[in-house]
Amino acid sequence: MSIEVLMPALSPTMEKGNLSKWLKNEGDAIKPGDVIAEIETDKATMEVEAVDEGVLAKILVPAGTNDVPVNQLIAIIAAEGEDVSKAGSAPTAAPVAVAAPAAAPAVHASVPATAHPDIPAYDASGEIPHGTEMVPQTMREALRDAMAEEMRSNESVFVMGEEVAEYQGAYKITQGLLQEFGPRRVIDTPITEHGFAGIAVGAALTGLRPVLEFMTFNFAMQAIDHIINSAAKTLYMSGGQMGCPIVFRGPNGAAARVGAQHSQDYSAWYSNVPGLLVVSPSNAADAKGLLKAAIRNPNPVVFLENEILYGQTGMVPKMDDFVLPIGKARIARTGKDVTIVSFSIGMTYALKAAEELATLGIEAEVIDLRTIRPMDVDTIIASVRKTGRCITVEEGWPQSGIGSEISAQVMEKAFDYLDAPVIRITGKDVPMPYAANLEKLALPNVGEVVEAARAVTYR
Amino acid sequence: MAVAAKAGSQNKSSPGKAGAARGARSLTRRTNGPVALSKDEEVSAYRDMLMIRRFEEKAGQMYGMGLIGGFCHLYIGQEAVVVGMQMASAKGDQVITGYRDHGHMLACGMDPKGVMAELTGRSGGLSRGKGGSMHMFSVESNFYGGHGIVGAQVSLGTGLAFANHYRNDGRVSMTYFGDGAANQGQVYECFNMAELWKLPVVYVIENNRYAMGTAVSRASAQTDFSKRGVSFNIPGEQVDGMDVRAVKEAAERAIQWCRDGKGPYILEMQTYRYRGHSMSDPAKYRSKDEVQKMREEHDPIEQVRRRLIEEWKISEDELKAVDSHVREIVNAAADFATTNPEPDPSELYTDILR
Repeated sequence: MSIEVLMPALSPTMEKGNLSKWLKNEGDAIKPGDVIAEIETDKATMEVEAVDEGVLAKILVPAGTNDVPVNQLIAIIAAEGEDVSKAGSAPTAAPVAVAAPAAAPAVHASVPATAHPDIPAYDASGEIPHGTEMVPQTMREALRDAMAEEMRSNESVFVMGEEVAEYQGAYKITQGLLQEFGPRRVIDTPITEHGFAGIAVGAALTGLRPVLEFMTFNFAMQAIDHIINSAAKTLYMSGGQMGCPIVFRGPNGAAARVGAQHSQDYSAWYSNVPGLLVVSPSNAADAKGLLKAAIRNPNPVVFLENEILYGQTGMVPKMDDFVLPIGKARIARTGKDVTIVSFSIGMTYALKAAEELATLGIEAEVIDLRTIRPMDVDTIIASVRKTGRCITVEEGWPQSGIGSEISAQVMEKAFDYLDAPVIRITGKDVPMPYAANLEKLALPNVGEVVEAARAVTYR
Repeated sequence: MAVAAKAGSQNKSSPGKAGAARGARSLTRRTNGPVALSKDEEVSAYRDMLMIRRFEEKAGQMYGMGLIGGFCHLYIGQEAVVVGMQMASAKGDQVITGYRDHGHMLACGMDPKGVMAELTGRSGGLSRGKGGSMHMFSVESNFYGGHGIVGAQVSLGTGLAFANHYRNDGRVSMTYFGDGAANQGQVYECFNMAELWKLPVVYVIENNRYAMGTAVSRASAQTDFSKRGVSFNIPGEQVDGMDVRAVKEAAERAIQWCRDGKGPYILEMQTYRYRGHSMSDPAKYRSKDEVQKMREEHDPIEQVRRRLIEEWKISEDELKAVDSHVREIVNAAADFATTNPEPDPSELYTDILR
């Protein structure tokens, strides 16, 4: 009986990948453990090993094919003695969905925005000059470019963390930096968050500008003493003498199916601390402009990224030096009926909900906080005074969350304008479960946002 | 890694030989012992230690009068450690320590008025009244605190050394911590990285025998702190921390080791604090006799004083002149600290961000 070889997933969040190379040809004998192909994503490269014995009967996806969906049939192994030609005409028809091999345009190619109907437009709202060319880029590339540009312009900037150099980044955010800047400025650390966070803070106290990558912010909990006690408080405790220009960055919040210890959203935790700036971008352009601003900022910045957003493509202005202001929210969609405030991956739910609401005749105004501390309360209040309603969306837990803070601010500053109570859409008040169905239930969803908007607009 | 390449090449080129030569036995040793100081050095050590002693006595007195709040940890008894270390270090070398930090600041040349006014929480304090006893800093004097979290200064001090290495400026970080902090996990994380990257840091472990009220033998499986770096190949020495000559001698060797690019060095300073852990210490964990014996037989200041009289034939009058000069400075600091105004209420919201 023939064995079907499917496109494997390299990570919990991988949906598709490139089949870069076949290491066996049709007709070759295969033993368990033989490497038969190489699979590649923007994050990693992996070898596909055979688990069964037989003959590679048919290659269904040619080498060099990009964007092959996970679980697509890529080859057939015939059992010993089985007729190879027969195996080739297995009932599973050769896939038609295979993308054209290696013909996709290079990511950095300058293409006018109109050529990318699938990529959300980036409303510059006065932050970039008119007529600036916009190019598609993933958030991963935007973050990498931000670091590289700042490292080119300032010798004091260096990148440190686990697997940032030779491995090219656990999530490939630091890809290519070692090659350009060398091991003096792109530094692999041992697995020792508490220690290396303290070392980076100590270096920052002398005026160097470390960009410290945590493989995830879940691991930064071991280093949180240095983030708060050593980095955030020193300027105050020194009477303004000794600053700490450092960026702590890495993925924050839930990825997919990684369980309770790898899925926590720390936005509210860091948001609580005077002396810190907390930034959490939702798209590639903001990621680039804000990370550059964070690296230049003389204060400690906690820069919360999101693993699921890393691979998402957005339009990024093609400028020599694109820097966004920290502390300024962005109105991502204008509307008059209800204000939806969110940030990071929460924006995905907020914007989809706004689209659905539009079909129901409810015009939602969606505010992307971008910076969580200092929070751009003025923009929120101005919107709520217009709409009279407010919903917050975040993946973090409900108690003392970002939504709780927004709710209090709205109550204090726009109470008389409210036509309904503020509703918080949050992650559920539970440790993140592993089971797919439970995890889905634990996270917010578009339906909840839509329901909340209908409730506050009484429709 | 390349940041270590220059410094580490010697060790890395002959791992077999280095490994044999740097076994546990040869990595740690007792210090060579005291090497005589010049007359000027003795006088200056006497003055600097006396300054710390008198300053701390005054701080203790002012604490008792309610002029100093919160926690106040006095350095009395340990003066020879920081003074001896400073005698061996050069301009530009950094100092960082924990919460028992007044002595270190004075030894770094920071203004006693500014230190005392910080203790009383006044606007003329080094941190403009916002830091207090445990949190003072001076960019100018390369003093990096003053840290209230036990062990945190070890990582930060290693970071100072990282910066020196990154800039290749020849500076050395003097990172002080106590026998209590030596049991914190981050200390060993940093020992590992410091040796791995050959960072120029002298770890000065001030073993004053008690972590708050817990005797070393009740808290530490290995009470020879000079051996705490053995598994990372960091050399260490036990030093008589009550003898400023021994401290200086060992410090010179350790600092040179760092400046030569050979990586970190551990100095266990065997010392003693006469006063309690903080001002609110009941002192039930040790006998009065033990304290008395240390004071009578090992006092760091008395040792120098005796040598100045017996070996250098300095007259009592000359010493009295030094004493009264020190007292004048300390009294002026105390006057300043009690008359200087508290910070303006508007200061509450300044210095949070730059």
